[in-house]
Amino acid sequence: MTIQNVLGWRPLVVLSVFWMSLAGVRADAPAPTLEQRVAGLEAYLGNGDPSAPLKDEKGNIPEGLTTASVGVAGPGHNAWLMTSAALVLFMTLPGLALFYGGLVRSKNVLSILAQCLGITGLVTILWWAVGYSLVFGKGFNSPILGGLEFSFLKGVTSAPNTDYAYWVSQNVFSMYQMMFAIITPALIIGAIAERIKFSALLLFVGAWMFIVYFPLAHMVWGVNGLMNGVWNAGAAIKAVDFAGGTVVHMSSGWSALILCMILGKRLGFGKEPMPPHSMVLCMVGTGMLWVGWYGFNAGSAVAADGVAANAFMTTTLATGVAAFVWAVAEYFDKGKASVLGFCSGAVAGLVVVTPATGFIDASGSIIIGVAAGLVPWFFCTRVKRWFGYDDALDTFGVHAVGGTLGAFLTGVLATADVNANLNLNLKEIVGKTLVAEQCKAIALTLVLSIVGTTVIAFVIKSLMGLRPATESEREGLDVSDHEEKGYIY
Amino acid sequence: MALKKIEAIIKPFKLEEVKEALHEAGVEGMTVTEVKGFGRQKGHTEIYRGSEYTVDFLPKVKLEIILDSASVEKASAAIIKAAKTGKIGDGKIFVLPVDEAIRIRTEDKGAKAI
Repeated sequence: MTIQNVLGWRPLVVLSVFWMSLAGVRADAPAPTLEQRVAGLEAYLGNGDPSAPLKDEKGNIPEGLTTASVGVAGPGHNAWLMTSAALVLFMTLPGLALFYGGLVRSKNVLSILAQCLGITGLVTILWWAVGYSLVFGKGFNSPILGGLEFSFLKGVTSAPNTDYAYWVSQNVFSMYQMMFAIITPALIIGAIAERIKFSALLLFVGAWMFIVYFPLAHMVWGVNGLMNGVWNAGAAIKAVDFAGGTVVHMSSGWSALILCMILGKRLGFGKEPMPPHSMVLCMVGTGMLWVGWYGFNAGSAVAADGVAANAFMTTTLATGVAAFVWAVAEYFDKGKASVLGFCSGAVAGLVVVTPATGFIDASGSIIIGVAAGLVPWFFCTRVKRWFGYDDALDTFGVHAVGGTLGAFLTGVLATADVNANLNLNLKEIVGKTLVAEQCKAIALTLVLSIVGTTVIAFVIKSLMGLRPATESEREGLDVSDHEEKGYIY
Repeated sequence: MALKKIEAIIKPFKLEEVKEALHEAGVEGMTVTEVKGFGRQKGHTEIYRGSEYTVDFLPKVKLEIILDSASVEKASAAIIKAAKTGKIGDGKIFVLPVDEAIRIRTEDKGAKAI
């Protein structure tokens, strides 16, 4: 016995109007067909454009024609990106904070935590004010910088910005990207640990975001970015960077090298022992970085789709292999594998796979894992000693070297088999000249980071100095910069 | 009866044995501190990501015991028997004179305060 049999045709009319209103149809607007609505839902599954089925032969959408799938976030994709944003924040607080915090002497542990917290707050404010807009806007019509149309997150609502995603709320996307903007400068503090003034550091980061990060992120990920090979058909450099090998690791790593050379070595470097005060905290931080990195890498698909799934797998494989390989290298080099070796290897694997993760397959991840376990290891244990710079926590050795290596290997290993988006604009060059494009992107990133950092560092040095007073450095930054002690017992 | 102080530096894992041995030798009280030090025993090397550190100072335990001069030889023998491993770094015993000892609760002085 159906409703129709019992109550007649009237409920059917009521129900039809009810369904039509759910479909977002105005009484006078054209109604979408069932086909178009189903196609819109299927677009949700495949991370496609839900308005595509509404277009006519010329590619235009009739006035007022829409479905309930258009202009709204897809729950699965949105949930994954919200989770990913939380995971990437977790990478900074407390992942990186503990990873770096455990590696410094106990009198400086709070300085690392404070710098991570300070950078988080500062970048949040900058991102809200103009940062998001400068990276992901297009108001300037420029391949180098976005625009100001999203200043103060004006217009950034729960509806997707279809320049970047069909199914993720723009506010979620903005917050997700903000976490990248936070962790990038936070990586730099590793190289200059234990001898930079808190105030100088925050001032440096503030300037660095405008001069290096915002332009670089726009060039690589902005819809009209100069180096956005995947999505910008008019990109001058047709490079690819899935989750930030250039934007995050190269920029922070090379900037860190320059800054640590301008800053100078720690007092007593080379003479006094400065071993990590807590390898326990360091390892805990490493685990948190690895777990959080799933948000960093798989979340960069900006969807919970097959690309994200592939990135999840490649991230896992590369990291596990790299951790093991670094430990093996240590075993053959000095006879013992160390916890620091395992941790460094894992982080190196994560760094190197970052630009490649959504573009390579399982075999590619193994290759990256092996390379990541060996090349950064070589720089940290040999090159650093040869040149004698005090890269305290090996930011250059792991992030600069790893990011550069990863960007290069992405050119070698990328395949459209795992990511059809590579066929949009890059079909002719993947597997052929992509490596050359990657090298151009590497060069531009290097120049921007090095020149930008040099200028900012010298300006701040002349204005207020970068280093704390000798006595303050001796006493420890926790007391001198924060009047706090990390451990009281 | 003259009072003496024994300061003994021993390997940390020997503390329980030495404490038992002293108890059997009639020594009731002691103060123990964790210290770092070296004599002729070399330290060891630790390597953190390519940076080598020679750790000179090794963890030790210092015992401080106040006793009357007649008991010093027996106590020292007990410490040596319990703390010796035969390997370098076993430690040292120092005997010092003490001017006065006072029990705070009763204000007893001298040998009665031990």
